[in-house]
Amino acid sequence: MRLSEDQLRRYHRHIILPEVGEEGQHKLLQAKVLVVGAGGLASAAGYYLAAAGVGTIALVDDDTVDLSNLQRQIVHSTETIGQPKVLSAKKTLETLNPDVTVVPLQQRLSGQNIHELIKSYDIIVDCSDNFPTRFLVNDSCVAVRKPLVTGAVVKFEGQVLVVVPGEGPCYRCLFEAPPPHDAFPAHEDGVLGALPGVIGSLQATEVFKLILSVGETLKGHLLIYDALKVLFRKVRVPINPHCTTCGQ
Amino acid sequence: MNLTVNGDTFITEVSTVADLLKELAIDPVRVAVEVNLSIIKKAEYASYNLKDGDTVEMVNFVGGG
Repeated sequence: MRLSEDQLRRYHRHIILPEVGEEGQHKLLQAKVLVVGAGGLASAAGYYLAAAGVGTIALVDDDTVDLSNLQRQIVHSTETIGQPKVLSAKKTLETLNPDVTVVPLQQRLSGQNIHELIKSYDIIVDCSDNFPTRFLVNDSCVAVRKPLVTGAVVKFEGQVLVVVPGEGPCYRCLFEAPPPHDAFPAHEDGVLGALPGVIGSLQATEVFKLILSVGETLKGHLLIYDALKVLFRKVRVPINPHCTTCGQ
Repeated sequence: MNLTVNGDTFITEVSTVADLLKELAIDPVRVAVEVNLSIIKKAEYASYNLKDGDTVEMVNFVGGG
């Protein structure tokens, strides 16, 4: 398939990169990525995935847009308050780039539906906002062998980890099990507005490298961003032989 | 003894991972701990003895999106 004149122009700054080229841009256009969540991380990740021409982007979220989301969830807007987040985001992303099809999945992920949902996608991007979902997504990606780009934020700290089942550690190798419910009270849920922008953009960058097979990814490394100290730290994560998800 | 904790030199007299977390006022349920590139199970924090020169990484649980 040849790129159209419009596409050659839209993706020009990609195409002139030797690591991307027309062939790489074609890979991006053919790629199918599923994003879990449609909040702060998904706003940034979704924006850049769509702008780059990732052809199919599924968004899974059962929530509606609330005024308190707009301090950081930039894919939504004042006029979409009250609408399902997946529809609000679909409108924004498809307006940005008509090459992209956004599949709005207005539902909550569960052990019952997750395998079926993720199996037709190439890469899963975890932008969820809670630990049970993070472990569910990780375990399911390992079970059906899908690459996972997981990101998280709270207060002034963000993290990114890439899980390639069979090739490196998984999220559970490091974190073992969800923390007790009362370990993180709601009043500690503050997050600096631009932080999910930084982390979601890093997640999109990892997705591009996985699709294009270029460079090194955060497979086996947890990247930690401390916004207050302006510090990035890359922590090597070993495969945990005792991991109940991917261990022996 | 001298440890490297999250990339920085740290001098301490504690003996176990649990003691180190206590000294640093870190709630053990809120972190994952690696020593010399091995993940330490939470159940072993109190029994895992640190030794001079160990490299310790403590990673916060971060769950928001």
